[in-house]
Amino acid sequence: MALLEIKDLHAKVGDREILKGISLTINPGEVHAIMGPNGSGKSTLAQVLAGRELYVVTGGEVIYQGKDLLAMSPEDRAREGIFLAFQYPVEIPGVSNMYFLKAALNTIRKHQGQEELDAIDFLNLVREKMKLMEMDQALLNRPVNTGFSGGEKKRNEIFQMAVLEPKLAILDETDSGLDIDALRAVAGGVNALRSPERSMIVVTHYQRLLNYIVPDFVHVLSQGRIVKSGGKELALELEESGYAGLGIEDDEEVATV
Amino acid sequence: MSDSTNTIETFANQEYKWGFVTDIESESIPRGLSEDVIRLISAKKQEPDWLLEWRLKAYRHWLTMTEPTWANIHYPKIDYNDIIYYAAPKKKGDGPKSLDDVDPELLKTYEKLGIPLQERAILAGVAVDAVFDSVSVATTFKAKLADMGIIFGSFSEAVREHPDLVRKYLGSVVPTSDNFFAALNSAVFSDGSFCYVPKGVRCPMELSTYFRINAKDTGQFERTLIVADEGAYVSYLEGCTAPMRDTNQLHAAVVELVALDNAQIKYSTVQNWYPGDKEGKGGIYNFVTKRGACRGVNSKISWTQVETGSAITWKYPSCLLIGDNSVGEFYSVALTNNWQQADTGTKMIHIGKNTTSTIVSKGISAGHGQNTYRGGVKILKSATGARNYSQCDSLLLGDKCGAHTFPYLEVKNTSSQVEHEASTSKIGEDQIFYCRQRGISTEDAVSMIVHGFCKEVFRELPMEFAVEAQKLLGVSLEGSVG
Repeated sequence: MALLEIKDLHAKVGDREILKGISLTINPGEVHAIMGPNGSGKSTLAQVLAGRELYVVTGGEVIYQGKDLLAMSPEDRAREGIFLAFQYPVEIPGVSNMYFLKAALNTIRKHQGQEELDAIDFLNLVREKMKLMEMDQALLNRPVNTGFSGGEKKRNEIFQMAVLEPKLAILDETDSGLDIDALRAVAGGVNALRSPERSMIVVTHYQRLLNYIVPDFVHVLSQGRIVKSGGKELALELEESGYAGLGIEDDEEVATV
Repeated sequence: MSDSTNTIETFANQEYKWGFVTDIESESIPRGLSEDVIRLISAKKQEPDWLLEWRLKAYRHWLTMTEPTWANIHYPKIDYNDIIYYAAPKKKGDGPKSLDDVDPELLKTYEKLGIPLQERAILAGVAVDAVFDSVSVATTFKAKLADMGIIFGSFSEAVREHPDLVRKYLGSVVPTSDNFFAALNSAVFSDGSFCYVPKGVRCPMELSTYFRINAKDTGQFERTLIVADEGAYVSYLEGCTAPMRDTNQLHAAVVELVALDNAQIKYSTVQNWYPGDKEGKGGIYNFVTKRGACRGVNSKISWTQVETGSAITWKYPSCLLIGDNSVGEFYSVALTNNWQQADTGTKMIHIGKNTTSTIVSKGISAGHGQNTYRGGVKILKSATGARNYSQCDSLLLGDKCGAHTFPYLEVKNTSSQVEHEASTSKIGEDQIFYCRQRGISTEDAVSMIVHGFCKEVFRELPMEFAVEAQKLLGVSLEGSVG
């Protein structure tokens, strides 16, 4: 059975329709890259799947693990295993990263009928995952994303993903703003999390990230529709000829986040 | 607006749970204020002549004063002749000698409020003095404290039993002429708590006063006086509630603290007077003067307050740092919701050498609430080497509330150091969504953020109070790390 089935999905922000009929099927273990120029609807798709209320679904349906995803609250989606790595991770002053993550993990574990982790087990888990991400332990005790550099924020997202072990991870422009070393570290973390039980949607503007995270499928989005799908070679083709080579111009309207 | 914003508002709008009225027979005097009323109050309390004179002097001065208007608060004019200045639960004979003599209805009230007056029920080691409307109804653990020479009980009793101590310190920190509300309080105060900790004694338990306004149209004017003699230490807690009524009630208290050489006083307040309803009807006007004098060298006074109630709060717990090396601290969380207004802060007056003060103020505004921090740091010429650090942070929930900060700094010598930091932040829809995307519900997300915001202040509260304060803010401590 497919993990996620998106059927003719339409969504708008305010009066503006951004997604104009997206259909996509993702099976367990698959990594799908969503590419496209600015304003094509990539980030909107990521946010709609996570349940952002700013975006209103106007048509179509999304089935996740056999359930109607669109009827679920954002927190329930998260508890059912959907993780969004934010393009712009949000700062939460005063709340330590550690406390935040423990609250998140235990809420999800509880929902899934698992026992909550105590402080010691949690710390052990966290230490293990930090090694994976080559993260500075000091970041754990700092407030969530507060005062983090761009690279630290993105690493922190993937680190959270490593701890929360989602079934479907959506990476929204995780490569934006990263230098090559940070990109490598983040991609290394993501690759380590690839497994037959975990699917990923990798949203990116550039092919560069896909040299490190090699997708099973690539979809090109333009003006709210998937205009072309293919294997990983499609990304390389795009690299060579650009979006213009596919006859796609930068879409005029830039999606607001 | 999005759902999550609505949920933030719903969350912030939890109902006032302490609004019940106790059906108890009470004895009160007619409305209005005059010298005769003051004489009547004084007579009811069988006070000595000097105290009556002191009251009358305050009253005569009050008549010449005008109500202050500089605060960032707005309310209809108060008719001081339409207030009942004295109300007491009716009692048989001379008043309660022990808990057994206290009206069971009263004890039930305090039980509902979660105040364990029955000594055997007290596990936490908190000695409680409870003030109901105008009189102190019971003090627990008195005997045990007396063994150590600690005097703790109602103000009226202290006037009778320890007149010299009371006379020596009463009005010595907040003079009768200090300000409009302090003068009014001095004229009509009915009861309150008195505490004296003798030389070198460390008070082994938290002392606590619980204030409750029950009777209708009654003002509560209590007076608290705490003296820590040389080398003494005391930690004092104050809690307050009132029934829900649709008219405003006045609370004008005065608290005076005196710390002599090497003495320490820690004064914590969880103020939860009725804040009025969602439309801003009713609620307590909380116009309070609190001041501590660090008279001795190396003395320390620390104010911690969590202000969640009252329709209007006007309150500036302050420290006079007279003794060399003395320390003043002020930690505050003030929450205003619906139509509540708070103008609160502190004054630190540095007089002695090498005196230090710390101010940490956290203001949370929700609904239409208006929250003002007003703080004064004054470093006199004599206060060489003085230091102050102030931090004022405001957190906004929603977009109809306001936060205001008015710091006043006055430094008169060149060897002192003053630091001031301020910030304003908002719980944003993006923060809430970020938490929800990690599986955390909106309620928990708001709690988490508010708790994180207040952490530095909660840390200063005694354990029992920290818990109550967090409950009040709808915050859970559970699983707290770092």
